[in-house]
Amino acid sequence: MKATILVRPKTGILDPQGEAVEASLRQLGFPVERARVGRLVDLELGDAADPAAAREQVDQMCRRLLANPLIESYEITLAEAEPAS
Amino acid sequence: MREADGLFRPRIGVVVFPGACDDRDALLALERLGAEAVPVWHQEATLPDLAAVVLPGGFSYGDYLRCGAIARFSPAMEAVTRFAEAGGPVLGICNGFQVLCEADLLPGALRPNVSLSFVCRDVQLVVENAGTEFMGRCEAGQRLSIPVKHGEGCWFAEPDLVASVERAGQVVLRYAAGENPNGSVGDVAGVCNEDGNVFGLMPHPEHAVDPLLGSTDGAVILGSLVDAARERSGAPV
Repeated sequence: MKATILVRPKTGILDPQGEAVEASLRQLGFPVERARVGRLVDLELGDAADPAAAREQVDQMCRRLLANPLIESYEITLAEAEPAS
Repeated sequence: MREADGLFRPRIGVVVFPGACDDRDALLALERLGAEAVPVWHQEATLPDLAAVVLPGGFSYGDYLRCGAIARFSPAMEAVTRFAEAGGPVLGICNGFQVLCEADLLPGALRPNVSLSFVCRDVQLVVENAGTEFMGRCEAGQRLSIPVKHGEGCWFAEPDLVASVERAGQVVLRYAAGENPNGSVGDVAGVCNEDGNVFGLMPHPEHAVDPLLGSTDGAVILGSLVDAARERSGAPV
């Protein structure tokens, strides 16, 4: 099982990094209205049999460590690991 | 330990995380202000007998993930959390403040400076609440000049939390008008917990204890902590 976690600055929270990226993209001539910069975490979970249990565990990881709920939101995507070739 | 001047030297621990860089300045400043300052390695699961704990500035665990996010789960921090919950005084400076926020021992979070620039300069501060153990040598309204040096010192909390922190008098230090170096909500430079025994601030009092460096105002804060630690040690003050 693999998990991909997207961590974003919460809506409405000032994101100076996103603003700097936005300004730079505009300077390059791209028609960008807004940019927000977050973080992506890829996890390999081994042979997790139960997707619901795996999701619950990843959710706990997010709440305890991977995201700060005061300022960040997160989104979890689970996928079966690709079979070894 | 007793000094020649008769004053008891209370033992204060300074937690040393990998990536800390102000631990030695903190140890030196506390020693000069009358404490017996001892380093505590981040892997220690129990603290020695201490009257207070300081979490120093720096870049613990490389500031990976978020500033302070990894450090808060170190064995020493678990011990510091128990110490704080038992009422022991804990002071977090800069990265130490970030660690305390991540550990939920202090309200709010510290975000990248609004300017996106690393700021390194003296700032003027105003003491908002002189009622905690960290401010015993101050008066409310007193101005202090202490340096900041950080890239992620913008204190943030949702409006409801800001209101409750303000109402409870947990804002201990504020940047003076026009001095806010990072965009902190409400010009907050330092906050304490509800019980007043945990305090975090972005400015570095340990860098302002010698006239050679331009200001000795940091000694007011660290000296207050030494006074409080001495009192807690049950020693004659």
